[in-house]
Amino acid sequence: MSLILPYNREEEGAHPPFLSPDYKATIKRSPQQPLIRIPQTLTEVTGPAGRWDRLMGPAIADLTKIGTGEAIGQRIVVSGRVLDEDGRPVPNTIVEVWQANAAGRYIHKKDQWNAPLDPNFTGSGRIITDDQGRYRFYTISPGAYPWGNHYNAWRPAHIHFSLLGPAFATRLVTQMYFPGDPLIPLDPIANAVPAHALGRMISRFDIETTQEAFALSYIFDIVLRGRDATPMED
Amino acid sequence: MTGQTPWQTVGPYFHYALPWKGGADLVEGRGDAGARMDLVPDGHYTLNPNDHPRGVAKGQIVTITGTVFDGDGTPIPDSFVELWQANAAGRYDSPDDDRAELALDPDFIGFGRASTDADGVFIIRTVKPGRVPGPGNSLQAPHIAISVMARGVIKRMVSRIYFADEASNTEDPILDLVPPARRATLLAVPVGEGQYRFDIRLQGEGETVFFDV
Repeated sequence: MSLILPYNREEEGAHPPFLSPDYKATIKRSPQQPLIRIPQTLTEVTGPAGRWDRLMGPAIADLTKIGTGEAIGQRIVVSGRVLDEDGRPVPNTIVEVWQANAAGRYIHKKDQWNAPLDPNFTGSGRIITDDQGRYRFYTISPGAYPWGNHYNAWRPAHIHFSLLGPAFATRLVTQMYFPGDPLIPLDPIANAVPAHALGRMISRFDIETTQEAFALSYIFDIVLRGRDATPMED
Repeated sequence: MTGQTPWQTVGPYFHYALPWKGGADLVEGRGDAGARMDLVPDGHYTLNPNDHPRGVAKGQIVTITGTVFDGDGTPIPDSFVELWQANAAGRYDSPDDDRAELALDPDFIGFGRASTDADGVFIIRTVKPGRVPGPGNSLQAPHIAISVMARGVIKRMVSRIYFADEASNTEDPILDLVPPARRATLLAVPVGEGQYRFDIRLQGEGETVFFDV
């Protein structure tokens, strides 16, 4: 018999509901039955930490230098820490990021809106957090872009983040927004999150870590589910 | 205490960032399995660029094929299924599974991603997992933990794949929490030697059971 140290549950009221009808694609893609709550078993408290290179290849921490030349746009450095609710660092977490280019267009073939592609910008990267939970990558500031959700709908500039901490239970996909973006209050995806928690997805500009004559710095700390205090017998 | 960062959807454009080539073949990591190379322009594929050669995982090889459907019964082409499972001996390749008496398989990690194709179909090639402990003194039936993500899915939908022809399902402590009438949505059905069918219905009639973990 071994002890299972379960993780905290999803924080009540911090995450968007599956059915968030202002984001129209959720209407037919959200469950109608209630979720069935299950205890965390060995399945949910384990994960493939340390295997990322073997699965996906080496880290990519500079998205501006994927092509033969440099990506066009405002160069930025994005950094932060991955923490749990008690402020403890979450090391060895894979942080996968993807984004549109400076004109607001994704390299993805399905993105056909009329803005230029940049042959020197792919817009995807991945970083493993260090022993203090820190990550950092260079990229260019993504543009806003229109989408078909409703008349004159524009997504605020954002970077997609996908994280997997030590366990299946510590999975998170989110989007990082930029401070002061006037499109944020109009965006159905960001505003599917309860208002008091929306600010947790907005990075902050930081002059201290802005790099002289090189790159503006944005800081984005991410909080994953941490360990519950009380062990369960397994 | 600080609050958890909220979930957001992966959106429609994750294919050049998340599902790597070979990610849906947990046995050998072969070929393009799991990726959507048709959606990534030449010169812009950055995942698993070396196509790491590996050996063949130990165990009974199974192929699981399914379609992801929305509430209208329409297949979803912009989704993926993320997988986590134990190896054939019932051991997780994780620092948090310290049961040294069960062997790790150097050729098996147990984590994967399978994109749906233009017809909403995903194909997973893996080994049937061994049984792992459950609450109390229970043993769980062989299962694969899955997260379903897609455009329009604003946070992951967690479920499990069990095997319909597995006798130990009747003893499984997690299946036991599911109303009997809905358990079939969690069972991959044998359709041939080593071949299984597992459809995922996000909404409506026959809706797949999703878990709060």
